[in-house]
Amino acid sequence: MRDTVIRTLIELGKRDKNIELITGDLGFGVLKSFWETLPDQFINAGIAEQNMTGVAAGLALEGKKVFTYSIGNFPTLRCLEQIRNDCAYHNANVNIICVGGGYVYGSLGMSHHATEDIAILRALPDVTVICPGDPNEAALAVKKIADTQGTCYLRLGRGGEKTVNNIKEFEIGKAYKLRDAKTLPKKVAIFSTGAILEETSLACDMLEKAGVGVEQYSFPTVKPIDKEVINDCAGRFDNIFTVEEHNIIGGFGSAVAEVMAELEHKAKLHRIGINDFYCIEVGSQAYLREQVGINAEGITEKVEGVLSE
Amino acid sequence: MDRKKILNSRNLSWLIRRHGIEMTHLSGGSHIGAILSVADIMGVLYSDILKFDKDNPDWEDRDRFILSKGHAGASVYAAIAESGFFEVDELKTHYANGSRLSGHVSHHLPGIDFSTGSLGHGLPVAAGRALAAKQDNKNFRSFVVMGDGECNEGSVWEAAEFANHFKLDNLVAIVDHNHMQSLDYCNNTLEVDMAKRWAGFGWNVIEVDGHNHDELRNALKDTSNPENKPTVVIAHTVKGKGISFMEMDILWHYRFPHEGWEYNCAVNELHKNKPEGVADPYTPNGCPETEATPENCRHTVSETYRPTYYTREVEDR
Repeated sequence: MRDTVIRTLIELGKRDKNIELITGDLGFGVLKSFWETLPDQFINAGIAEQNMTGVAAGLALEGKKVFTYSIGNFPTLRCLEQIRNDCAYHNANVNIICVGGGYVYGSLGMSHHATEDIAILRALPDVTVICPGDPNEAALAVKKIADTQGTCYLRLGRGGEKTVNNIKEFEIGKAYKLRDAKTLPKKVAIFSTGAILEETSLACDMLEKAGVGVEQYSFPTVKPIDKEVINDCAGRFDNIFTVEEHNIIGGFGSAVAEVMAELEHKAKLHRIGINDFYCIEVGSQAYLREQVGINAEGITEKVEGVLSE
Repeated sequence: MDRKKILNSRNLSWLIRRHGIEMTHLSGGSHIGAILSVADIMGVLYSDILKFDKDNPDWEDRDRFILSKGHAGASVYAAIAESGFFEVDELKTHYANGSRLSGHVSHHLPGIDFSTGSLGHGLPVAAGRALAAKQDNKNFRSFVVMGDGECNEGSVWEAAEFANHFKLDNLVAIVDHNHMQSLDYCNNTLEVDMAKRWAGFGWNVIEVDGHNHDELRNALKDTSNPENKPTVVIAHTVKGKGISFMEMDILWHYRFPHEGWEYNCAVNELHKNKPEGVADPYTPNGCPETEATPENCRHTVSETYRPTYYTREVEDR
């Protein structure tokens, strides 16, 4: 996903000299191709994210289409006020790329777990929050946001994600249906955002095998959220599940809950995520997903648990 | 007639002070001390230095300007109103319900394109604009006025490193070095040698008397330098400059001139130094002579200042 995004940025940058990429001294091996191809559109701002984001705002106010780049919480929480005051409030075309949403850097420890970022960025007015589920969504999203005025948070996984969603064009604020519930007697709707899409799809496969019909959606945009899809599903299903590699408070599940709370529908919402703790376990992304119960098996168990109640 | 021709820097600075007194008086707003210390800097910038077009605020080749010490917002509002961006009368709405003039600088009015209020944001953004000018071969300069207390913020020094590394010689920072910050003198808060610090970050450092217009003009007119360094003008100023009972008293970082002797004495003292040909839009003939009772007016805490435990131990050795 990460490499696809950089390849897409190079493509865009070759055609449009106003595309600029600023890194906070991270991206070894990843950004090299951009730097070599478009040296005049590449800036290493050093390990100084507040300045990186302020500079990005300044460049954007002069007409540049800026992408800031760092990992984990560095491009967001470390410079949150610059995002709020300098970028969002001035409607600056600054697109914040975070590599490593969730437990991508699992073994590196808690400092590198980006698990509250969606909630925090979503709370800022005029910030679009996009968490692509696969490389295809990511590439299409980058093309879209480069030419969309305003501030955007782009939360990526790292690499190796399978392409699940084969859309040809990306629409900000749209959820994409990936499978139907068919006519099975037991059925649920499952929404996910971000790179946990792969685990979610596996869980859906497992549920189908167990005789549960799943209408599955990928929500690459968390803000603005696709109210239509939520509204529609809330009318047709008894149970809706949200899946995110993020704290249970304030993130994607909360965004869906906010919409459902104002609807009069029969559906009950079940949020699957990290249950409001810092992860002190050491291990890979796959290991930590399993530990907190957001891998395919964990998701499947939760859905089956609800259905057997 | 073009207002700008009437408004030389001396006249404009006087008007900034007069508007500042009126605006804080009417609104009960804070920061008159900072507005008065920066008034000469703003007067010189808007009279003699900045390129702008009041009829075309977004003019592509204008110099970019950010008042990063956003709490002195009244000074830039007064400067741009007097420069013709909007009616001077609107200044009276400062802080008021429905006004465009928030206490800290807002870009939701013509002549200002960047909002501030949280310290340490201006320099990085100004650096980004200076870099964009370099990339696009544009000739404008990017100016930012900061406070000395503001230089406590780490982001200032992140940007200082960046600007030097990228040789942004079209970036001009002015530090309104009034030697006081929110609670105390700067050196009682976090001791610093301002000029040395900027020089250490590789900048072209110019120190001036921040109330001497010729020195300010000379420093700001042409900031190009053979080493292509960004320039910082450290303008030594007096907090509350021009109103003797406000000068160097931290109380006036917060207190506004109240009805009675405070307002009257402030206005009358300004009138004593009013340049020829400038009209006071509020009290053309000054105020009634009122006796000052400033005995309770010394609130600077330096006398009572004691450093924290460890520092005290070291100092007592």
